[in-house]
Amino acid sequence: MSLGMVFALTGAVLSTAMAGIGSAWGVGRAGQAAAGVVAEDPDSFARVLLLQLLPGTQGIYGLLVTFITLSRIGILGGTPVTDTHTGLLYLLACLPIAVVGLVSAYHQGMCSVASIGLVAKKPDQFGRAMIFPAMVETYAILALLISILCITNIG
Amino acid sequence: MSEKNYFFAVARIRVREKYLLTDSDISQMAGLPDEKSVVSYLLDKGWGDAGSGEDPTKILAAEEKKVSSLMRELKVDPKIFEVLSYPQSFHNLKAGIKEICASEKSPAAFYESVSPTRAEILGILMEKDYKALPSAMQAAAEKAYDTMLKTRDGQKTDVIIDRACLDAMEEAAKKYRGSLLGEYEESTVAVTDIQIAVRALRTRKDRAFLEAALAPCQSLDVKALARTASEGEEAFYDFLADHGFGEAADALRASSAAFDRWCDNSRIRTLLPEKRNPGTSGPLVAYYLGRMNEIKTVRILITAKANHFPEEAIRERVREMYG
Repeated sequence: MSLGMVFALTGAVLSTAMAGIGSAWGVGRAGQAAAGVVAEDPDSFARVLLLQLLPGTQGIYGLLVTFITLSRIGILGGTPVTDTHTGLLYLLACLPIAVVGLVSAYHQGMCSVASIGLVAKKPDQFGRAMIFPAMVETYAILALLISILCITNIG
Repeated sequence: MSEKNYFFAVARIRVREKYLLTDSDISQMAGLPDEKSVVSYLLDKGWGDAGSGEDPTKILAAEEKKVSSLMRELKVDPKIFEVLSYPQSFHNLKAGIKEICASEKSPAAFYESVSPTRAEILGILMEKDYKALPSAMQAAAEKAYDTMLKTRDGQKTDVIIDRACLDAMEEAAKKYRGSLLGEYEESTVAVTDIQIAVRALRTRKDRAFLEAALAPCQSLDVKALARTASEGEEAFYDFLADHGFGEAADALRASSAAFDRWCDNSRIRTLLPEKRNPGTSGPLVAYYLGRMNEIKTVRILITAKANHFPEEAIRERVREMYG
């Protein structure tokens, strides 16, 4: 296996791993808060579940980027990477979703916890409560777009 | 309780906060015609338990029990809970000493939901096994009990125990500096010192009494407070205004009830930022203290209604709510 392939695979792995770590943290924290609300008010399950799931999207974005990368570097399809230069380009292309996925999922998790607190106290504010963590999603989507654009334009 | 579990506990507390009494509830109760209608209003709000019926004392005791058991259920650090319970624990100590010395049973004078309980206190005092008490209470218990046995002076005993309680709270304020608990304890010690000084000023107590009763704290120079309290009311009010307690001086000029109200409100205001805090023990502490303030205010309201106080006098006495 060439050094280029090692770099490209590292990028693919980091996308899923880092964004996944962030999502696991965010969903876990929000899950603790959601369970606290449901312990007192079981009827609020659906509302807090939606808020809990929001930080989970970064993990999915990371997975998507990994699949696209694998399908272009000769693992699931495409042309195998033979030169170091191309491998490094794939690694760099994966970094936006890896790094932004990790950080945004952490902050979205905290935002979800706060919004779950808001819904717990004022269930009628659910719509507004959804907006706060959803705003953090913007930056994960931007990073996903950039990663996909970069990967699909290499070579 | 480990930090990771606060998210669960705080979320539970947020749901419970929906059922706290608000200022408008209190205002509505103040306008009700009698004690019975206040009790009925509280029962509609879910106060009391199966055994409390319509007895206001039992309803309030049931609420105190509920909030204490919730704190235990949420596994609030027992050390934090011990600090929060200082006023009730030290009160139980006072009640225990007085019960033994008066040779008259008075179980209603004790708080049931805090440790040490009546049975524990009485056992410890009879055996003089002071080491079985929490460390903050040991020396004061021994000194207060000896004083009561020798002098039968209830006020002197109260001063010893109250001072020990304030010293314990100040220690906690230092230990938990930077957290809500630390700020609350500090604020409570400072406000209580002012209350003691006011009472001493109005009952013409001497400076030696004040120096024994006032607990040193970080936010107030108690020596200066004791000095000005013996110089007369205007000097005392000026001192308060110059040291960031202008509102207390204004309340004192208005009435004693307004001053007592300021004391409780100033403590409650230290809790308000916790409404926006999602992941520490602060909201749990704030909820506990908010509930205790609520119960205290309802007790004032019920007593005032039972004694046919005019509505205006009641409104002057009711406290701001955390809810």
